[in-house]
Amino acid sequence: MFAASRFHARNHSNYWAFMLHRISGVALALFLPVHFWVLALAAKSLNGFLVWAHQPLVEYAEAGLVLLLALHLTGGLRVLVLEFLPWHNWQKTAIAISGGVSLGVALVFMLNLT
Amino acid sequence: MDSRVLQTWELSLWRGTEEGRFASYQVPCRERQTVLDVVTYVQRHIDASVSYRFACRVGMCGSCAMTVNGVPRWTCRTRIAEVAQGNRIAIAPLSHLPVIKDLVCDMSVFFEKWTTAGGAFVPTPGATDNFAHIPPDHAARRAADAAIECIGCGVCYAGCDVVGWRPEYLGPAALNRAWTLVNDARDGAGAERIAAVAGDAGCHACHSQQNCTRHCPKHLNPAASIAGLKRRAAAALWRGGS
Repeated sequence: MFAASRFHARNHSNYWAFMLHRISGVALALFLPVHFWVLALAAKSLNGFLVWAHQPLVEYAEAGLVLLLALHLTGGLRVLVLEFLPWHNWQKTAIAISGGVSLGVALVFMLNLT
Repeated sequence: MDSRVLQTWELSLWRGTEEGRFASYQVPCRERQTVLDVVTYVQRHIDASVSYRFACRVGMCGSCAMTVNGVPRWTCRTRIAEVAQGNRIAIAPLSHLPVIKDLVCDMSVFFEKWTTAGGAFVPTPGATDNFAHIPPDHAARRAADAAIECIGCGVCYAGCDVVGWRPEYLGPAALNRAWTLVNDARDGAGAERIAAVAGDAGCHACHSQQNCTRHCPKHLNPAASIAGLKRRAAAALWRGGS
């Protein structure tokens, strides 16, 4: 009964920023072991891996990973600013900057793909 | 929502304790009706056994907070027409607190946490000798002023996800109170208070989701107070304190 209203109670920019930071962190925690495993494999048979990694789908997935990394990094910087600098009512600005920088980084990465 | 075109509110009211259910009532629409008015109508005209709390009805006492359509609110200053979904409204007790009966929560834990967070003023030796001279524009005075108007309604506590996840967390209201005293030049328990709020269940447990600030009916900013406590605790650690 309250699913919609539970969402409504949390539908504000700071909660979204928290969720993005948490989800990107969990996704990275899941990805990084796989990433290191693939690196270890690549050390054995690099050519095969490079062929695999240049498939379009894999490359776009990498852009997603760059976005996750950028979101988690800028989100972490936002939390540091929030907790260690005197409080200002710039919360939405900080969220917009961290989101905008993350998207920019991911787009630049995608430009580099082509 | 224009209440003139509606005839009745379809009200779902929590009945029982932790174990309970929503009961349905129909309440006639009136101009400028508050959520508290509607609950009062049920209690006075439909079912006298409905239990709820209120006292001042003007947003001063902090006793009438309830969960209204999933959002914690003070009910005496909340127009029902502004929060109803169509003509439907669901009213439940505050989250994260034991339910005594119907809409009445046991606030004991909430206020015990104020004590745990060092919420009591501790006068410095000699404080009674003379008035403290605190300029109105002093930074600490302004910080305390910004947080002092808390009415202890429990809305922030009920709206805080961290309280739900970690029941031992002191919560926004208790930490906000501690922040006012940390900024009070007349108080003599600064170090002890920072130690009290810097534990696992204290200010560092806050994830800065800022639901507290979002929902506070007095438009206070407990998230800012908690961030302030985090800075003070970090500074105390840097200086070699507890």
